[in-house]
Parts: sequence; structure tokens; C-alpha cells
Amino acid sequence: MLRIRLWQVIVVALICAVSVLFAVPNLFNKESLSESYPDWLPSQQVNLGLDLQGGSHLLLEVQIEKVLIERIEALVDDVRGALRAERIGYTGLKMKGLTVIFQLTDIEKSDAAYELLSDLDREVEVNRDDQGAFVLSLTDSAIAERKSSALGQSIEIIRRRIDETGVAEPTIQRQGEDRILVQLPGIDDPERLKRLLGKTAKMSFHLVDQTVTDSDLARGRLPPGTMKLPADDEVDDAGNPRYYPIRKRVMVSGDSLVDSQPTFQDNQAVVNFRFDASGAKKFGRVTQENVGRPFAIVLDGKVISAPVIREAILGGSGVISGNFNTQSARDLALLLRAGALPAPMKILEERTVGPDLGADSIDAGKIASLIGLAAVLIFMLLYYGLFGIVADIALILNLVIILGLLSVLQATLTLPGIAGIVLTIGMAVDANVLIFERIREELKAGRSPFSAMEAGYKRAFTTIFDSNLTTLIAAFILYIFGSGPVQGFAVTLGIGIATSMFTAMLVSRYILVWWLKRTRPKTLPL
Amino acid sequence: MWRLRLIPDNTDIPFLRFRRGLFAFSAILMVLSIVLLFVKGLNFGIDFEGGILIEVGTEKPADIGAMRVTLGDLGLGEVSLQEFGSATDVLIRIERQPGDAEAQQVAITHVRAALEKNFGSELTYRRTEFVGPKVGAELIQAGIIAMVLSIALMLVYIWFRFELPFAIGAIIALMHDVILTLGMFALFGLEFNLAIVAAILLIVGYSMNDTVVVYDRVRENLRKYKKMPLIELLNVSVNDTLSRTVITSLTTLLALAALLIFGGEVIRDFTIAMIWGVVVGTYSSVFIAAAALMTVKPGAGSNVAPAGFGSAERTKTLDADDDGDEARKRFASLPAPDDEDDDDDLDVEVSPAEAGGSRASRRATSSRVRRNKRRRKKR
Repeated sequence: MLRIRLWQVIVVALICAVSVLFAVPNLFNKESLSESYPDWLPSQQVNLGLDLQGGSHLLLEVQIEKVLIERIEALVDDVRGALRAERIGYTGLKMKGLTVIFQLTDIEKSDAAYELLSDLDREVEVNRDDQGAFVLSLTDSAIAERKSSALGQSIEIIRRRIDETGVAEPTIQRQGEDRILVQLPGIDDPERLKRLLGKTAKMSFHLVDQTVTDSDLARGRLPPGTMKLPADDEVDDAGNPRYYPIRKRVMVSGDSLVDSQPTFQDNQAVVNFRFDASGAKKFGRVTQENVGRPFAIVLDGKVISAPVIREAILGGSGVISGNFNTQSARDLALLLRAGALPAPMKILEERTVGPDLGADSIDAGKIASLIGLAAVLIFMLLYYGLFGIVADIALILNLVIILGLLSVLQATLTLPGIAGIVLTIGMAVDANVLIFERIREELKAGRSPFSAMEAGYKRAFTTIFDSNLTTLIAAFILYIFGSGPVQGFAVTLGIGIATSMFTAMLVSRYILVWWLKRTRPKTLPL
Repeated sequence: MWRLRLIPDNTDIPFLRFRRGLFAFSAILMVLSIVLLFVKGLNFGIDFEGGILIEVGTEKPADIGAMRVTLGDLGLGEVSLQEFGSATDVLIRIERQPGDAEAQQVAITHVRAALEKNFGSELTYRRTEFVGPKVGAELIQAGIIAMVLSIALMLVYIWFRFELPFAIGAIIALMHDVILTLGMFALFGLEFNLAIVAAILLIVGYSMNDTVVVYDRVRENLRKYKKMPLIELLNVSVNDTLSRTVITSLTTLLALAALLIFGGEVIRDFTIAMIWGVVVGTYSSVFIAAAALMTVKPGAGSNVAPAGFGSAERTKTLDADDDGDEARKRFASLPAPDDEDDDDDLDVEVSPAEAGGSRASRRATSSRVRRNKRRRKKR
């Protein structure tokens, strides 16, 4: 323990020097760092968590079963069409759970129907019994693929929407089967973003059913193929939302949109849009055939407006006018540009911290760390004298290494993480305390300074190792099971434990051995 | 140079003599805590209960009464408002809204609209948190798993590095710490949230850390003083490590005190939990964990193979060592903590008089033994 080789000292000194290099950028603010800091030095700073720099953490859930339901609904139509085309009689064709069921009227045709349906769709599994009851379901791999592609697509759309708003450095992560974690540092209006993310933005153009009278509409007596949809923000005299009878058939779908921009028309905010070639063709034909009729623009099951077609629109672009203000026109245009989500989304969890609370937390954390540090430094000095100074050097170095490691690893520092550092300040001296107390004991047992130091370090080592390992276990578990801020706490705590062992077992030992060999004291000032 | 002295040298406090009284005291506190947990329950934060938390800052001291009236009129169920750290800072808690996640978002929008309408421009939103019921349930689950798993892992580690009786002693101490911390939270109605779960895990780690230091010394002393009665040996071990225990707890408390006073409102409850945990953890490792070794008759683990590094040879010499004390034999078969000096294979005769005698003579003996051994090694 007392024999220290030169290369050991060099390695330890190098580690410390590199840590200092990596820690130093954190002393500057971002601007002066990019301006005047030498390029060839590392300039990464500690990554601040959302709770310190302000921002929003949103956990979103994609309602993926909706995608599957849509798929099954389409399958019902396909099955109906196929059976009719082959003149195979059936009853009770419907969706049940995530399957399609029906009963053959003529059991003789069971084989024919089975063959027909088996070829219909390779993602579908067909089962039947002797009585001619058929059950069609999606294969497991098809379900898994649907789910995963819906999630992937949702992430893509969300990224596009967020990018359009100009938020810097968003984090968008897939979590589990149907969740997306979105972290938006430093945003000033989380409500707007939540509105943007929460919209499915499925747009379609429908004809309005003009055969339905107002009283029929109110009573819900609608011909098949027509549905009752509420207006987005129009209300009647009583303040209830206005309803429209809308033909179910989609004339043109929003998928064909290629661009959409907010603009003004007669001093009113509107949204213009442009279709791709096939969309433009469809749109032109529909408007040509329906001049003089109202044409409804439906977004997420609500009628934005239903203007009367004045003339055929052949250019493939048009204007949506509604009850917009500048902001809502801009948002709608953004949503249409970014595209529709494959399924609706729910916000499961939100944590938003305003920038001033974040700044306050950083200040409080800094002050608490510095005062805690000062208190411990003074205490150690008073209690152990010269040895206390060595422990203090180790402690300060310890903090520098923690800061350097956090910068290099780009680990996220959170408020609980700062608490973890403060706690480390208190606990980091533990290793040195164990060693010093042990040396003291050995001195009392009659050993010479040299042999007491030797024995003290050796014997304290197992204790330090065993006891710190238990705390490391706690930090590790916290990291695995924790989320966000708690994880940040686990990281600083874990790093702090490791570095405190390093500084106590190596740095403080080297210093003390050097001092011992130089001065060769008769007694140790412990 | 003047030096601060907190713990006199060579303390010989008969900690173990108080063990029955302190066990009873701790048992009563634990029972009280459990009763409190059932009767009063924990004040779960939105992390677990679900719900909405909004912190707003105002320019002038906030009119909490007026805000309460405004928000109370929204029909959102239980809405609580409190000053948070300063007069211009208000914490609003709104209970979980019936319905799904959508309903919570609607409620947030309502609250913001109402606040903006009545208090307008002087408001800033410092924090908005909302946790849906689904996530809350998952967080509870993850918290419980984390707690159980980390305790289990630490025990396995202790079992592996020490012996079963030590692991049992450690778990008693840990349960003690966790239950008393939960009890404290129930008693004062402090908010129990994710950060507090982290704090409890850390308390577990800290307390275990302390316990291991004491146990480590017990293990060492068991090898050193082979014929000393267990109670005295435990007492010596606690006294040996006393100054370290006190100093480390003190420095940790110093740092935590800084955090409590200057660290801001957001982590106050977390810091309180930690401070309490350090105090309880220190107490438990001195008075509970060590004393538990007296109660947990080590014979219970005798069918367990000696952990880790024990060599057959060592066990054999011990078997020959006829001191008739099963418990001591079990302990003494422990693995060496370190590979140097090898105190464990010393066949030193410590006379009963010496073993039972003053600590000074004991120490003299052990150091003499060491010196002799070194001399042997050199040859």
C-alpha cells in the first residue's frame, strides 16, 4: 500500500487532469464558451434535465387498437364484396372483437368460400366449422406489424409537427408497444404543443346530404350512408353545436395534400392547400359535378366548414375558410402539412417546468452544494487537521471528476441529481473517514506511522468496498426502475460513489504517502 | 493545532446492554408507524394517485383566497391551494378527474382559462404536472418492485460476503428504517411521491452501508478474539466503529442541512426524508443491526455452506478449537476480508482472563500478535 509506482501516479494524475479539462467548460455560460473558449479543448457542458432548464415532458399513448379496428372494418367490406361477387349466400356478417364472423346459408359452398377468402388477404387467417360458421382474424404477425408501423408512423408525424413549431432539440422516443415519450426543452407554450400533438388531423372532403331536413337531423333519422357530424365551432342560437348531415363517402382524402399554408382572404385568416396530381384530378371532378352544392371539410370528425361550390376547382388547390384566427389557421396548416396520425393519441403524463422555476432550482442547487461543501470541508479540517486537508483535496477532486464524467457521458443532471451530488459530498468523505479512523486505531495499537498507514489503508479497503457496493446496488436499481429526474439522481449517486472510492483509495493515499516519505514523522497528526 | 474531538478515544459504551429496552422501543415505534399507515395513510402525490398539479407565480403576493373561490367554482372536485416557499408562489393540486386522460387535459385547460381570466397577466406557470391513472398505477408497481428488488439484492450480497445471520440482522434493521420512514410521512402528512421512493431506496442503501461497516468489524473481531463472549465482542465492534459512524453521519447531515435550507421548495420533502433516514439508519445500524446478531441465533443458518472464500483447512482448525460455542464457530468460519496479514489463521491463545479483561490489554495482545506474525513472515 505504501509502495507506489511512478506509472500509477502518472495514470491517476492523468485521469484527474482529463477530468478537470472536461469539467471546466461548465464554469462558463454557453455564449462565452462558444465565442472565446479554445476550439481544441472539450467544450461539452452538463446536460440539464427538463426540471432545470424548463420544458415539457409528455408521455403519449397511441390508441393502436383503433388502427386494428379500422383494418377489421375494411375487412368486413372486402368479405362482403368477395362473397357477393361469387354469389355465395351468408348471414350475420359483422365484426366481433377483432374478428369478422358470418354464417354460410348454403353449407355446400363451404370449401368454395374458404378458398375464396383464404386468397383474399394474406394477412388474414380463415377458420370455419362444420356448420358453416366462419371466423376471420388477422394473423399475429400482421397485428404486430400493424402496431409497430402505426407507432413508427406516429413518431414520424409527431417529429414533423414538432419540427414545424421550431422547438430546438426535442427528444422523441418510442416506449414499449404503444407509447411515445416526447421531451421538449425550453418551450414557452406547452398548451399549444399539446393541442398540436393531441390532434389526429385526419382531413377529408365530403358532400352534404341535402335531402335530410333539419327535424330529421335533430331526431337522428338519417338515410344509410349519411352521418351526423358536429361543426367545429359553429353554434346555434341556444349555444349548442350545429350539426351537419354528411355523406359517409370520402370524396377526396387529406392524404393527397402536398402543401398547406395559412394566409388571408378578405382580411380573414384562412388556410390554403394544394393536392398532388391524383388528388387534384379527383377534386376537380367532384367540384365540377357538384357546383352549387355544399362541400364539407371534415377534420377529426368535425365539420370545419361546408362552403357551397361556386365553380369547378381544377387547379388542385383551394382555401379552407372557417372561424380561424391567425394562430388557429397557422396550426391547422401545420397539422395538414405534417400529415395525419394513423390513430388518435392520448396524453398519459405531463410534466412541464417553466423556465424561471428551472433557473431558481439551479441557483438553489448551486448554493446548497457550495454551502454543503464548505461545511464538510471545514469540518474535516477541524477534525483531522493535516489529514483533513488531504481528505478535502480528495473531496474537491471528487466533485470535479463527477462534473467531468457527467459532461463526457452527457448524462442528464436533474434537480434530484443535484441532491445526489450534495449527498455525495457528505458521503464521499466516508471512505477517508474509515481509513483515518483505522490508521488511528493502528497507531493506538502501537504501530509506527508507516505500518499504521499501511495497515489502515489495507484493512479499510474491504470495508469501503463492501459498504459502498450496497449503496451502488441501490443506485443501480433506481436507474433501472426510475424515470426522468429520479434516474438523474441515480446517475449522480452512482458516479459519486465510484469517484469517492477512487479519490480516497488512490489520490489521498498518494498524497499522504508522499508526505510521509518526505517528512518521516515520528508521530502522525491524527 | 486545535482539533475538534467528538468521540473520545477508546470508548467502551455498553451499547448491547440496552438492547432489550431499545428493541422494545423500536418495536413500539414500528407498530405505531404501521397503525398510522393504516389509520391515517400516506398522503400520496399525483405520481401515484393521478391528478393535476400546477404551480403559479404571481407578481404581488398571491390572493390565495380569491384563487380558491375561482377554482372552486369550476366543479373539479377537491382543489387544494397552498403557498409554496414564498408569498408569490402558489401550488394548486386538483384531484384526479373522472374519466380518462382526456378529462384531465380538459381540466387543465379550464383551470388555466379561469386563472387567466381572473388574475390575468401577472401569472406565470412555473410547473404543470399531470399523471393519468394508468401511469400512476404503473409507477406504484415500479416503485414497489424497485424497493423489494434492491433490498433483496443487498441481502444476497450480505449473505454472500458474510453469512446468513448477518443478512437476517441487516433485513431487520432495513425494515425498521423503511417502516419508520413511512410512519414519519404518515404522521406529518408529507407528500409521498416518486422522489420519496428514491429517498427511501437511498436510505436503505445508506443504512446498509452503515450496517456493513459495523458487521465488517464484527467479522474481523470474531477472528481476532476467538474466545470472547459474543455480547462483548459485538459491543467492542460497535465501539471500534463508533467514531466513523458518528463522523460520516455528521458530514452527511451537514450536507443535507445545506440542501434543506438552501435547496429550494421542490426537494424539501425529499431532503426531510433523507435527514430522517440518516438519523434512523445510523441508530438502527448501531442498536438494531448489531444487537440483532445476539437474537438471531446463528445456528439457524448452519446448514448453509460457508460463503465464498472459506477454505476447508480453516474450517478444520476451527473444529479442533473446542470452545463449545456453536455460534462463535459459525461466525469464525467467515471468509477473510482481506488477503494480507491473515490474522485469521493465527493460533494465538487468548486466555479467558484477557478476553474478559480490559480493552487495553486486549489491544496490547492483538498488536503483539501482529508483530510476532510479521516477524514470522519475514523469516
